[in-house]
Amino acid sequence: MPKVKVPRKSTLIDMTAMCDVAFLLLTFFMLTTQFKTDESIIVDTPSSISEIKLPETDILNITINKEGKVFFSLDNKNFSRERLLQRISEKYPELQFTAEEEKAFVLTGSVGVPINQLKGYLDLEDEERKMYSQPGIPVDSTNNELGIWIMQGRLSNPNVRITVNADQFCNWPVVKQVINTLQDKNVNKFNLITDLEADPNKLKGI
Amino acid sequence: MAELEQKQVGKKGKKKGRKKMSTRIDLTPMVDLGFLLVTFFMLTTTFSKPQTMEINMPVKPKGEVKEEEQNALKASKAFNILIGGDNKVFWYRGLPNEPIEPVTATNYTADGLRKILLERNASIPEMVVLIKPTNDANYKNVVDVLDEMNISNIKRYALVDILPQEIDLIKNL
Repeated sequence: MPKVKVPRKSTLIDMTAMCDVAFLLLTFFMLTTQFKTDESIIVDTPSSISEIKLPETDILNITINKEGKVFFSLDNKNFSRERLLQRISEKYPELQFTAEEEKAFVLTGSVGVPINQLKGYLDLEDEERKMYSQPGIPVDSTNNELGIWIMQGRLSNPNVRITVNADQFCNWPVVKQVINTLQDKNVNKFNLITDLEADPNKLKGI
Repeated sequence: MAELEQKQVGKKGKKKGRKKMSTRIDLTPMVDLGFLLVTFFMLTTTFSKPQTMEINMPVKPKGEVKEEEQNALKASKAFNILIGGDNKVFWYRGLPNEPIEPVTATNYTADGLRKILLERNASIPEMVVLIKPTNDANYKNVVDVLDEMNISNIKRYALVDILPQEIDLIKNL
């Protein structure tokens, strides 16, 4: 019996196809990506059957966390954040912001400090700012700074849509106070951010 | 360097077949790089845009509202939902002093509030739902009730403040 000789095959594989796939995926991700913003506030939103998607720009967001602290954020379309800070310093002449503070304000996520502490907050280093536990914007009726933020935010970007992003376990009175503030500023139409939940009416159809 | 010398030899006229270099390149490092970047973008991307629920609040009236304007809603069409603490929810029909159907406790499941809402909405023409959260209620409960309105397809509902006598009504339940 002659021995069967198994021919030795090269272990090299053609990587071209794999390379193509990798770069195809890379292109896809690069084009679809939207970078996560630096958000240090953790909010677990309730779920609803509503399927309206949130637009990406022109958003004025009010975040309420579990402890009932209120935060404010505005997206920076057409430099609306710069304008907002200018308006704040016009309203509070004692607060004049430096260029570094302005840059920090543009890059930071949500703001949740009383206006008189804003300058100090923006002076912190990036890392320190992330670690800093913000006290929340005052919303009580005697000192309702959220109203000022909403008003100035809307003046900075008139097309803004207002969203409320509240934690599902936060107490209702806080949310009510925020909604009252919105109504005081003549904002009667706003969106609540929720998670998606299956619609029982649609489930029946399956 | 070896290549250079070879070229010179070729120029000298000796028609020696140039050594054919393979055009194949090892693409493994490129694939590595590609997947590294893919991983990076996959981890930093935010895919799902959040869903939103739109609500419209009535325009806040300026100044005092007259008594007769306030009670414009017919008692027979009013369906009140009272949201308490600890995930409790109650409902009654009519006015707090003279309810058509008394205060009843229910829950957030499909057989609880949703069933009642669907039944009453079918039997009462132009029913208006008044959602009244107490101060003990949490945000999730309110959103759940608003969501029930969407599920049961009730178009007329309002988020209003709870009355003191209604708090008394549910206190002992």
